Amino acid sequence: MSAAYVTKSPWVVHYDGSSCNGCDIEVLACLTPMYDVERFGIINCGNPKHADVFLVTGSVNEQNKGIVKQIYDQMPEPKVVVAVGICACSGGIFKDCYNVMGGVDQVIPVDAYVPGCAARPEAIIDAVVKGLGVLQAKRDAMVNAASEAPVEIAEEAVTEEKKTPAVPPIFTMAEIKVNTMDHLKK
Amino acid sequence: MGTIVFLILFPMIVAFILLVVKGDKGRDVIVIGASAIIAAMSIVVAIQFASGGGDFFSFNGEVIGYIMMAVEAGLCIYICITAAMHRKWLAFIFAIVQTPLIIWFEFTRGHGIEVESNLYIDRLSIIMILIIGIIGTLIAVYALGYMKDFQHHEDEKGNKDRRPWFFFVMFLFLGAMVGLVTSNNMIWMYFFWEITSLSSFWLIGYTKTEEATNNAFRALIMNLLGGLGFAVGIVILGVVFQTLELSTMLLIGSVYGDLVAIPAAFFAFAGITKAAQMPFNSWLLGAMVAPTPTSALLHSSTMVKAGVFMIIKLAPVLGMSNFAGIMTMMVGGITFLFASCAAISQVNAKRVLAYSTIANLGLIVACGGVGTAGAVWAGIMLIIFHAITKSLLFLCVGTAEHHIGSRMIEDMDGLFNKMPRLATCMIIGIAGMFLAPFGMLISKWGCMVSFVDSGNILLIGCICFGSAVTAFYWLKWMGKLTAVVAGEESIEYDVHKTETFVHITLVVLVVLVCLLFPLLSSYLLVPYLELTFGGLAGGIMSSGNMLIMVIMVAVIVLLALFGFGKSKKPTVPIYLAGANTGDNRTYYGSMQKEVAFSLKNWYMEKYFGESKMNLIGDVLCVAMLVIGLGYMIATLVSLMGGVM
Amino acid sequence: MIIKAIIGIVAFLVLGPFVGGLLAGLDRKLSAKMQRRVGPPVLQPFYDVGKLFQKEKQTPTRFQDFYVLLFVVFVIASGVLFFMGGDLLLVIFTLTIGAAFLIIAAYSSNSPYAEVGAERELLAMLAYEPMVLITVIGFYMYTGTFKVSEILAGDSMPFLPLLGIFFGWLFILTLKFRKSPFDLSMSHHAHQELVRGVTTEFVGRTMGWVEISHWYENVFLLGFVFLFFANGTAWGWVIGIVVAILTYFFEVFIDNCFARMKWQFAFKSAWIVAVVLGMINLFVLYICY
Repeated sequence: MSAAYVTKSPWVVHYDGSSCNGCDIEVLACLTPMYDVERFGIINCGNPKHADVFLVTGSVNEQNKGIVKQIYDQMPEPKVVVAVGICACSGGIFKDCYNVMGGVDQVIPVDAYVPGCAARPEAIIDAVVKGLGVLQAKRDAMVNAASEAPVEIAEEAVTEEKKTPAVPPIFTMAEIKVNTMDHLKK
Repeated sequence: MGTIVFLILFPMIVAFILLVVKGDKGRDVIVIGASAIIAAMSIVVAIQFASGGGDFFSFNGEVIGYIMMAVEAGLCIYICITAAMHRKWLAFIFAIVQTPLIIWFEFTRGHGIEVESNLYIDRLSIIMILIIGIIGTLIAVYALGYMKDFQHHEDEKGNKDRRPWFFFVMFLFLGAMVGLVTSNNMIWMYFFWEITSLSSFWLIGYTKTEEATNNAFRALIMNLLGGLGFAVGIVILGVVFQTLELSTMLLIGSVYGDLVAIPAAFFAFAGITKAAQMPFNSWLLGAMVAPTPTSALLHSSTMVKAGVFMIIKLAPVLGMSNFAGIMTMMVGGITFLFASCAAISQVNAKRVLAYSTIANLGLIVACGGVGTAGAVWAGIMLIIFHAITKSLLFLCVGTAEHHIGSRMIEDMDGLFNKMPRLATCMIIGIAGMFLAPFGMLISKWGCMVSFVDSGNILLIGCICFGSAVTAFYWLKWMGKLTAVVAGEESIEYDVHKTETFVHITLVVLVVLVCLLFPLLSSYLLVPYLELTFGGLAGGIMSSGNMLIMVIMVAVIVLLALFGFGKSKKPTVPIYLAGANTGDNRTYYGSMQKEVAFSLKNWYMEKYFGESKMNLIGDVLCVAMLVIGLGYMIATLVSLMGGVM
Repeated sequence: MIIKAIIGIVAFLVLGPFVGGLLAGLDRKLSAKMQRRVGPPVLQPFYDVGKLFQKEKQTPTRFQDFYVLLFVVFVIASGVLFFMGGDLLLVIFTLTIGAAFLIIAAYSSNSPYAEVGAERELLAMLAYEPMVLITVIGFYMYTGTFKVSEILAGDSMPFLPLLGIFFGWLFILTLKFRKSPFDLSMSHHAHQELVRGVTTEFVGRTMGWVEISHWYENVFLLGFVFLFFANGTAWGWVIGIVVAILTYFFEVFIDNCFARMKWQFAFKSAWIVAVVLGMINLFVLYICY
């Protein structure tokens, strides 16, 4: 098994759907000295072509569904999607609006959900770190597919995987309580 | 000797035949056949004389001298009449002053001066003959196809077919050029010099539009001014030094450098005008109205080389740290810097090429002005590489113009998809103009070393800043060409076969010369320099460095052959903030409307505006010329005073 | 002589990426400390590149890889030529081809973000190139040779006579390292305006190779700093290496102290520095030596 670099350097691309900007502020808060996500090698790189983790805040609506889908498509495998905030998870209070489709999972497969209004930075970090497990699983699947079957089939395997995540989504709801504040204080 | 005379006369005979042949087919056959003969002959000449040092031929001068004089007088009258008809009085004055001056001189003083050998050939002439014989004829072949398309457009405008005239002038010019580089008698050289000026005048004014006529006259006036300088130089040479031979002049110059600098300054002045140095660069830019083969032949690879050839020839005299040399090197250096800067602001591909030509000629002129063996090595290398690459680029732009209907760089978007072969040729040409393992940079290297050795800090500044600017304007154009624009169909199917043949041949020449330049250096350049400057002249570039350069070229060529466009990775759409409609050229704007994006280069008008650069360059160069020539005239006057 | 050259080449090829990557890691750690953060592990750049090599292979156009390949080859070649004691002018020209092909690679994708990055990178090149050439010429005027091996063997330190040029070189190092205030072309801090500039369209291992080339390039650029202190003695080596490392951290410090400036400032300031520090230094050299 190749060294697990995928889990040591998750680069993030952040997309703001129809969010109220509450969660966006929290995502940015993760970069501050207070939370310092760069500890984990996380970089907010702003470019799907370099990113491993797709953070979506806010719900998906008719206007941005294509964009969410395209950003996801333009990320090279392996990749994970993290839905940040209750709107991204399910549509939240905007769910019934005429133009809102609901959570991000209406358009792309989501690997980790971070509920909350707004989601707390600790929970966001936790979800990204949890998502790394999924990243590793996907990477392993890629390697296995490549080693077991000819190349054409390997690519098929990857595309199939897009539809059904190899690892069931992670819910960080329960973990919110056990937040990392204590850890940070140390 | 017979071969040289053949090379001078044969193109002229062909020229007259082409003047009477009206049919396309006949012209094709004659031009291609004659080109093959000229190219083969120039190679024969090269082999014949490459081993010898410098061969001089006496050649019966008396009769020919009179014929030349008669032709000159005829041309003078022709120029005066045309100038008067168009009310270009400056051309009139310059013509009416210089030709009688020369004729008067020949009848009074010149008659008594014994000219031992009228013609000569050395390795520099061989290089020039090869350039004229191979590049020049390739351009003539290219012109066949190009002029058909050109005439097609002219027919639409109802203009009559004047192609016989066009090819007449082209071949006349080739003959004159060979004559120019093999003349030892300055009067003969002057004769050929005037013919090249006139050829240029005819070809620039070929379309007979008002703009073309005006620009043609501008070129004529400036070149006649240079011719006047030439004539004055001859008179001084004859009166003060009692000789008319270039070789004798250089010989005297090696002892009395300061004195010979006086005529040398005037000859250098003539070279500066012909090489379109500031403040005379406007004629070359104006010349871009001419059909593209003209620009390629006269204004990049051959005629302007006459000017720098003259200066390179004079280098031993100019290199003796006299005012003539300082004037020449400063004009060259300043022109290099400011012409390069001005090229940044140009959108028109032909004007970029024109400014780049001016800049490179500036570098060669500066090399001649520095006048050490190393500088001359760099200068000659520049002549060779520049002739090949620049003609390639001009001919590519010409073909592109006929197919995309524009010569603007911004319209070359997607040329890589529309005309893949042509774009690749252009990319190679551009790489040849500034990238390291390719030609021009080898010479620039030589320039840099010799400039530093000359200790002229201003010149070093010119080349440091000028090189950076050069890389900038070439790279942004090259970037435009390499951009792969999706969804463009190839429109390359109807390019004339002759045009494609010439492009490919020139590309092969570029690569070959880059690979073989160490041989060129050791078999032609170094022996020439050893004869001219005495002693060992090598050592500009160590053989190790040459080897590394050649290896680099080989690596690039090999990688290109095996890796260019052969990536097996899946191709994905480009990033357009998630709103790519899928064709890589449009994105979803507001209200899901599809909006096309377009990419434009930087032209930095504010910093490198053309008029600003020209103004500064002109002022500085005029100052240098006035100081240099003024000093020479003052010396001359004081000398004459002393004699009297 | 040849053995020395071979040692230089092998050392650079093997140690170059390690030192370069380590420096990049220290840079990030130090920057984090300056911002009162913990920062990533020192080995983070290696993880990043390892990760990039594990990603899916993609390319926007099948021509891009060729240009990137040339970029990698020539950047490494320039370092090799430098550390084998080759000709400084050759080194500089080789580096320029490398830089040129990176720009061409960005252009080839015809992506707006990559093109904006490419144009800015081009501008950076226009800004730093004169000073680079002046530096090389300064070395030549003082030591009388372009060969690195001979400069190293020379017995007087070029630092003081080339003081102005040294500071000019420090100035353009900021441009070369693409650090603030001149991180115009591909800064990841600037993703709102140019996404990732030149490297926007480089995916996975292509990006990995670009990163590795930058490590090589950084080591080689610091080698230039070292050259200012070479005087053929062990002391020269020690001072040179210490100053080279200090220079790097000075650049990190500058990076953290400045915001990104406009291109006009980058261009004008670099040329003014080249004229004032570089040309005047050359003139002084000309007068004195």
